[in-house]
Amino acid sequence: MTDLIVSLKEVNKTYQVGEQGLCVLNKVSLNINKGEYISIMGPSGSGKSTLLNMIGLLDRPDTGQYLLHNSSTTDKTEEYRAELRKKHIGFIFQNFHLIPRLTALENAELPLVLTGLPRKERRKIVKTIFSQLGIENRSDHLPKQLSGGQLQRVAIARALVMNPEILLADEPTGNLDQASGKEVIELLESLNKQGITLLIVTHDKAIGQRAHRQLSMIDGKISQDKDNHQINRATQ
Amino acid sequence: MNWLDSSSYSWQALARHKVRTLLLLLAVAIGVASVLILTSLGEGAKRFIEQEFNALGNQVLIILPGKKETTGGSVPIYGTSPRDLTIEDANAIAKISTVKIMAPIIAGTTLVSYQSKSREVITLGSTQAIFPVRKLTIGQGKALPKSSDNFSSPVCVLGAKIKQELFGNNVAIGEWVRFSGQRFRVIGILAERGESMGLDLREMAIIPIRSAESLFNSPSLFRILLELNQTGSEIYTEEKIRQIIAKRHDGEDDISILSQNALMSSFSNILTLVTASIGAIAAISLVVAGFLIMNVSYVSVSRRREEIGLLKAIGATAKEVRQLFLIESFMLVSLGVIAGTVFGYGVVTLASYFWPDFPLAIPWWSPIASSSVALAIGLLFSWLPASYAARQDPVLALRGY
Ligand SMILES: Nc1ncnc2c1ncn2[C@@H]1O[C@H](COP(=O)(O)OP(=O)(O)OP(=O)(O)O)[C@@H](O)[C@H]1O
Ligand SMILES: [Mg+2]
Repeated sequence: MTDLIVSLKEVNKTYQVGEQGLCVLNKVSLNINKGEYISIMGPSGSGKSTLLNMIGLLDRPDTGQYLLHNSSTTDKTEEYRAELRKKHIGFIFQNFHLIPRLTALENAELPLVLTGLPRKERRKIVKTIFSQLGIENRSDHLPKQLSGGQLQRVAIARALVMNPEILLADEPTGNLDQASGKEVIELLESLNKQGITLLIVTHDKAIGQRAHRQLSMIDGKISQDKDNHQINRATQ
Repeated sequence: MNWLDSSSYSWQALARHKVRTLLLLLAVAIGVASVLILTSLGEGAKRFIEQEFNALGNQVLIILPGKKETTGGSVPIYGTSPRDLTIEDANAIAKISTVKIMAPIIAGTTLVSYQSKSREVITLGSTQAIFPVRKLTIGQGKALPKSSDNFSSPVCVLGAKIKQELFGNNVAIGEWVRFSGQRFRVIGILAERGESMGLDLREMAIIPIRSAESLFNSPSLFRILLELNQTGSEIYTEEKIRQIIAKRHDGEDDISILSQNALMSSFSNILTLVTASIGAIAAISLVVAGFLIMNVSYVSVSRRREEIGLLKAIGATAKEVRQLFLIESFMLVSLGVIAGTVFGYGVVTLASYFWPDFPLAIPWWSPIASSSVALAIGLLFSWLPASYAARQDPVLALRGY
C-alpha cells in the first residue's frame, strides 16, 4: 500500500487580483499513495478546489513540481495532460455538470466516446457500472428527469467508465439532501475499498471525518494532515 | 473520438436548438438558392441566344455593305460612304464553290394596305433562297416562285401577324394588297415562329427582289445571306468574297462579314462571364450567412462553457473541442446547402414550367461553386468561435464564468 501516485512539491499558485497577487496555493507539498481515502476540509476560499484541480491536471502550478507516477506533468503540453487526465483521473462535481440534452447513458459514456471506443462496447461498460450504482433503469432519462442523488450517480458513473486510479470529488454532496448525500458517500467509499484512490473536498465535518486521512487547509496551506488509517482499521 | 460519434454529438447539439439551427440553415439555404436561381437566369439567356443562332443554321455568313471599323469592337460601325452592294455583286459571290445558298436582301418600310386597313411594314425583297437560309416555313400557300429570283412579279408572302391584322380570320391567299400603292397578290403566309435575331418575322412581308428594287427605287442591298456547303470553310469563303468585292469595287473590299459561329461564341463568352458575375454577387448573401454563423457561434460557445469545461475535465483536448464545434457548423452549412440546392432547383423547375419559352437552366458549375463557397465560408467563419471554445480555461468554464 505504498505505491506513490501523486506527489506535489512546493506547489505555488497565485492569482493576479487588482494590484497585488492572491496566493491561493502556498508551497503545498503532498504525497498520495494508491488506494488512499482523503478528505480535504477548510474554510471557504482556502484553496481546496484549486488543489483538487491541480491534482486533476485542470490547472497548472506557477512554480513547484507535480509528479504523477513519478513522472513530471508540469513540463508537458496541454494535449498530453488531457491524455493523462482522461486515463488516470475521474472528476465528480458539486453540481454534477451533466449535459442536459444527453441521456444519462450518453452522459456517462462521454469519456469513452472521446477515446473512440465503439458504441457497443461503450454501452456494455456503462450498463455494468449503472447496475452497480443502482440506476440501470434510468439509462434513457434526461438529466431533468432525474433526482439529485441519481444525477450524482450518473456523474460518478461517468467518472468511473475509464476505470481511473484517482477519483476527485469536489463537494459531491453539496447539492444533495442528507440521505442521498450519505448514500453517495457510501458509494464512493465502496469504490475506494475496491482500490480506487479517493479525494473528497467537503464542508461537512461528519463526512470529512469518515476519511482515513484528513487534510485541513487554511489560506493556501495544508495546516493539518491527520492520518486515521490505523484508528479507522481498528474501529471497523 | 471517431467521426461518427463527433457527428452524432454535434447533431444532438444542433437538434437541441431547433429554432437557432433552422434560422441559420435558412440563411445558408437562401444564399445557395439565390446563386442557383440567378445563375440559371444568365445561363437561360445564353441558351436562348444559342437557340436563336442554331435556328438560323450555323454555316451562315452575313455580308453587310460598309467596312467594319477594326477598332470599334464587335459591333459593326459603317464607314462614311460605302459603295452599295448590288444584286450583281451578290450573284458573283454566289458562284464561289463553297457557297451553297445565297439570298440577297433589299429592305425598306412600306405602307401595306388592304381594303380600308393599312399599316407600316418592314418589307424584304429577296429570292426564293431566303426561305431555306433563314429557315422560314410557310404556314399557308407557297413561297416566292423560282422565277422571282430574276424577274419582278407582283406577289408577296406575309408574316402571320400582318395577315391577322389586315385580314383577321378571312382567307388572305389570292387577295390583292397594296404596297405603297402597287398591287401585290398574297401567295403565302409565314408560319408563326416569333422573334429571330431581333427581327420579328411575324411583322414582315417578303416580295421578289426585283420588285423591291423598283418599289424602293434603289438597287442597293441591305444584306447578303450565305449558307456554306461545309463547316470550316468560313475563312476561305470570306477571303474569296473580299477578293471578288475588291475586284468589283475599284480595289476596295468595303464590306463587313459576320460569321454566325464567331458571333455566337462571342455572345456565349460574354454571357458566361455575366452569369458568373451574377453568381458572385449572389454569393455575397453567403458571406452574410457566414457572419451570422460566426455571431451565433460565439453566443453558443459562451452559453456552453460549462459543457466545454466538462469535456476538458474528462480529457478532451483543445483540438477535440474545436473539432466538435467545427463539425457542428459543417453539418449546419451542409444541411443549408442541401436545402438551398433543393429549393433552387425546385424554383427553377417551377419557373420553367410556367415560362417554357425561356430555357432557364442552372449551369453545371453553379451548385458546385455555391456549395463549396458556402462550406468554405461556414468553416472560415466558425473557425474563430471554435478556437475560442477550445481556448476556454476548464476551471473557469466549469465554475460558469
Ligand atoms: N480565476 C481566479 N482569479 C482570481 N482569483 C481566483 C480565481 N479562482 C480562484 N480564485 C481565488 O482563489 C481562492 C481559492 O479558491 P478555491 O475555489 O480553491 O476555494 P475553495 O477552498 O474551494 O472555496 P469553497 O469552499 O468556497 O469552494 C479564492 O479566494 C478565490 O477567490
Ligand atoms: Mg471549492
